This record gives sequence, C-alpha cells and structure tokens, in this order.
Amino acid sequence: MTVFRDRFTGNDKAMLDRLARRHRLEPVEALPWIAAVTAGFVFSDYLALLAQILATIVFALSVDLVLGYAGIVTLGHAAFFGAGAYTAGLLAANGWGEPLSGLLAAAIAAGAIGLVSGAVILRTSGLTLLMQTLMVAAMLYELANKAHRFTGGADGLQGMQVWPIFGLFRFDMFGRTAFLYCLVVLFLCWLIVRMVVQSAFGRSLTGIRENALRMHAIGAPVSRRKLIVYTLSAALSGVAGALIAQTTQFVDLGVLSLERSGAILIMLIIGGVGQLYGAFIGVPLYMIAQDRFATVDPVNWYFWIGLFMVLLVIFVRGGVLGAIARMRGRIGARK
Amino acid sequence: MMRPTPIAVDAQVPHMSEIAFAAISVTFHGLTLAMVLYLISVGLSVTMGLMGFVNLAHGAFAMAGGYVMTTLMNRWDLDFAWALLIAVAVVVAASLVLERLLYRRFYGGNELDQVLLTMGLIFLSVGAATYVWGPLTQPMRPPAVLSGQISLFGRSLPAYRTFLIGCGAVIVTALWIGLERTRMGTQLRAAVDNLRMAETLGINTSRLFAAAFGLGSGLAAVGGGLGADVLAISPSYALDNLVYFLIVVAVGGLGSIRGPFFAALVVGLADTAFKYFIPEFGAFFMYALTMAILLRCPAGIFGRT
Repeated sequence: MTVFRDRFTGNDKAMLDRLARRHRLEPVEALPWIAAVTAGFVFSDYLALLAQILATIVFALSVDLVLGYAGIVTLGHAAFFGAGAYTAGLLAANGWGEPLSGLLAAAIAAGAIGLVSGAVILRTSGLTLLMQTLMVAAMLYELANKAHRFTGGADGLQGMQVWPIFGLFRFDMFGRTAFLYCLVVLFLCWLIVRMVVQSAFGRSLTGIRENALRMHAIGAPVSRRKLIVYTLSAALSGVAGALIAQTTQFVDLGVLSLERSGAILIMLIIGGVGQLYGAFIGVPLYMIAQDRFATVDPVNWYFWIGLFMVLLVIFVRGGVLGAIARMRGRIGARK
Repeated sequence: MMRPTPIAVDAQVPHMSEIAFAAISVTFHGLTLAMVLYLISVGLSVTMGLMGFVNLAHGAFAMAGGYVMTTLMNRWDLDFAWALLIAVAVVVAASLVLERLLYRRFYGGNELDQVLLTMGLIFLSVGAATYVWGPLTQPMRPPAVLSGQISLFGRSLPAYRTFLIGCGAVIVTALWIGLERTRMGTQLRAAVDNLRMAETLGINTSRLFAAAFGLGSGLAAVGGGLGADVLAISPSYALDNLVYFLIVVAVGGLGSIRGPFFAALVVGLADTAFKYFIPEFGAFFMYALTMAILLRCPAGIFGRT
C-alpha cells in the first residue's frame, strides 16, 4: 500500500493505470510457485515437511483473509482448522478414505461452524471479539476431549486409512503424493483468495477494516459481508486441517489448541498481514526454523524463536513484506 | 487443577450436609483461585486500558515471581515473607527495565506488533525458565505456621489457602483505597478516562505508565508467588494460564481495578464449581459462561460502552 503512495502521489494518470493493472498477474507472483517446485526437487528428502508447510500456508491464507482484509482479529482459527482435521480424520478412520470428498466435507463442516459462531460473535469487536473467537476454539477443544470415544481424546485419532487420489496416486512414504496434493490444493485456494480480495467484495472488506462506520453510511451490508468472509475463511481453514490430517494420517487435540491459533497468527505477522503473500513468507520461515531448532537444539527452541520474534518486531515492523516495501520505497525515493 | 478430596458417596441420595460441605468446599477453593487470578490480572487490565497495550506476556511476571520465591525458599532456606518481598522487588525492577527498553515504544501502536512482541516474550520466558529451572513444577512449601489444616464452618480447610484469601482481601482493599485516595490513583483514573486531557493537565503520563506497569507486575509477582500452590509454577505458566487472565480482563472491563475483581470472583467460583460437579467437561461451561457474559455486556461487567 505504501508502495503505491510513494511512487504515484499527485499523478492521477499513473495511479489510474496502476489501479487498472491491479488485477493482472505480475511476474513476481510466480515466485512462490517456482520456489515451491524447486524446493520439492532440491529437498526431496524433506517432502513430508514441505507438504506440511504448504498445508499451513493454506491455513495462514485463510487467517489473512479475515485478519488482513476484513480486520477481524482472531485468536481462535484453530477451531476451524481442527474441525476440518477431525472431519477428514473421522471419515478416513470410519471407512471413507476418499481424500477429495474428505476435503470437501471438511470445508463444509468448518464453514458451518464458522457461519454459526460468526453469526453470534461478529457483532462484537476488539478484545471482546478476540476473546469470543478464543472461547469458540476452547469450547471445541473441550468437546473433542470429552468425545474421546470418537476422537481418541488426548491419545489422538487412530487408524486413518486414506485412499489413493482419484484411485491412482497412493500416499507414499516419501511424501511425494502428499507434496503434490498439497501444492495443487494450495494453488486452488490461493486463486480463490486472490479473486476474493481483488473483487468489489474484497475491496469493501478493506473498507470495513479501515472505517466500518463509513461503510455503514454508504449502505454496505457490513455485518453480512463480515459473516460471509468469516465463513469462507473458516472453510479454507478446514481444508488446511484436512490436508494435514490426510497427509500425516493422524489427528490429535493439538489441532484445536490455543497454541495452534497463536502460532498461525505469529507466522502470518512475521510474513506480513493483509498482502496476500505474507503467508508464503512467514510460514516457511517459522516452520523451517522450528524444524531446524528441533533437531539442533530442541530444549531451547522456544527461547530462540522468542528471541527471533522480539528482534523482528523491534527492527522490522510490518513483517518481512513490510521491510521489503520500505526498502523499495527507499530505493524509489533515491531515484 | 483443584478438585478437593471427594466426599464419601455411600448414600444414594446426596445428604443435605454433603451438599453444604460441597458448597463450602467449592466456595473456599473458588475464592482462593479468584484471589490469585485477580492479583495477576489487575495489572494486565490497567496496561490494556491505560496504555492501549495488549501484554500477553503479563503472566510471565507472575511466573518469575513464583520461580524466584520458591527458589529462595527451597534452595536458600529463606523466610517465607522475605522470599516474597525479594521476589516482588526483583520482578518490579526487571519489569521497569523491560518497560523502558521494550514495551514503551509499542504503546498505542499496532496491535499485531504488540501480539508478536509479547508472544515472543512468552516464548523467551518458557525457554529461559526451562533452561534455568528445568521442566518440572516448583514445589511450594508454606511456613510451618501456615501448613496443615484449620477448622472453619465445621470443616477442616487448608490453612495456607485461608491465609491466601486473607492476603488477597487485604491487598484488594489497599488497592481500592489507594485508587480513591492517593495522588497516583487519581492520576490513574484521569488517564484511563481521557489520556490527552490528563496530559494537558500536566500529569506526567510517561512516569505514570512506568509506575502502573511496575505496580501491575509487582502484583502479578505476588499472585504468582503466593499462588504457586494454586497455579503451579512450571515453564509454560504464561501460556497455560493466558486464557484465564484474558477472561478476567475481558469480563471485568479494560482499565478497571474493580471490574477484574468481580470477574475473578465469577471465574474462580464458576470454574471450581464446574470442575467439581461436572469434571468430565473440563472448562467447557466456564468458556460458555464467558461467551454469554461477553455477548450480554461486550465491554465487560464494569466496562464503559
């Protein structure tokens, strides 16, 4: 956003061109996909981790949709992630291991929970809204724990049998199928999110984030739009949860935990919020760091990631994307 | 976390006296939890209401208080009272340094930066505590005078917890009188009401912020130290109890001293009662109650709309 302003202040024609070109795909947008495919070839021993990263990016994208665009601060998106994971997991553990319909079922289940809870809690704002999202996730956590006959409770859900995709591609032990599966699903989710945020609907969400009162005044149906985007985001989170469940063939209560909601928020903030690509930067950074520390220095992992976060927020506000935008702004100003 | 010893269930129909016993027990343990929650959360409420700062890492100050106190008592054989005093002093000093170096630059700023900073501090506290004290829970050994049971309402109750409730009550009263009668209390109320106006009137808000922050951290240290027996001191303390602190603040209303007290009472009593009578649901009904209260009064029980 600052990029636009720095370069084109006072120049209406250029601004207009810029806005007209906004929807077009730019070459730089191919970068994440090139990086993902290259990583798949180069780090072929780590395909399982890469698949997890891709699925988590879907989760982060869905959080970005509500947090970055609609300005709904949530600390409870694990509710939807977990609902999706358990839906796909329970299906696969009870004789229906078809992955694609599992994804769809997860999206519907998570979306339904998003719709119902959103209808109740979205009328609040600020800390109260944050607490409400947190409470929804915490209640689901307790319910999943209580229903241990179905969910396995604290021991986790055992005995998932996921069938080959289209009956052809078996989930192999190297994670090759899992990686490609997650990559394709992520790509589709990214297309959806990109389309949504660049549509008139998406722009009105930004309007609601910036000034809900004015959006009311110009007659935008604020609560309905918030509810729609919340439901959509919940469904996408459900897909992300289902992806993780199907590719790891395991679900435990951690998918619904506060730690999960907090971690995804942290990953997104590290990358940069409300710019569509923050998820693609923050998630790999955090998860690769986590994986490395877990092998090198597992005891002090918390210490190092904590230190990293504190230093980052002191020196680089607005996440990595914010830093890039500032650097570009500085170079542009020098010209 | 606090199921009292179950009462004998030889009779099919619960006897009246059993119900009365259960009620006393729940009230007693609920009050203990409420006092600890209040001492820890009141500072959080003030930093949120006054400085517009979401300090998720507030629990780390309570944890630090608990660690310093238990270490002084268990390893250095220090007196209970001295250990508590030193723990509070250490935490207040550390929090003032942190406020000056770190927190200050984020006041009134972007919430997400605050979340990243304070979550980072939580992780740092987890890592540092594991490194220094290891992953195990720190035992709390009350002095001989306060250990054992005392008889109250025809029931023997742990003496230490009775002392805890008494302590909490004294501190709460002192806080309220301080808020009403002292210069700093007046300034605090003015600044929460209208920060700019308070500044215009010549109140040194920068010093006020530091003082409020230090006071809040000190109270948290008292809560963490005295309450080490209620909320166990372990490395993930700040993370594990975060939800409870946030509930107390949100239900009580931001920037209030009185609100969190009633919220802590509600949370302490309700949580203990739910876990006593329907333990298999864990904290489910506690969360449901919180949701219901926040839907009814979005700004908290004592919050201004």
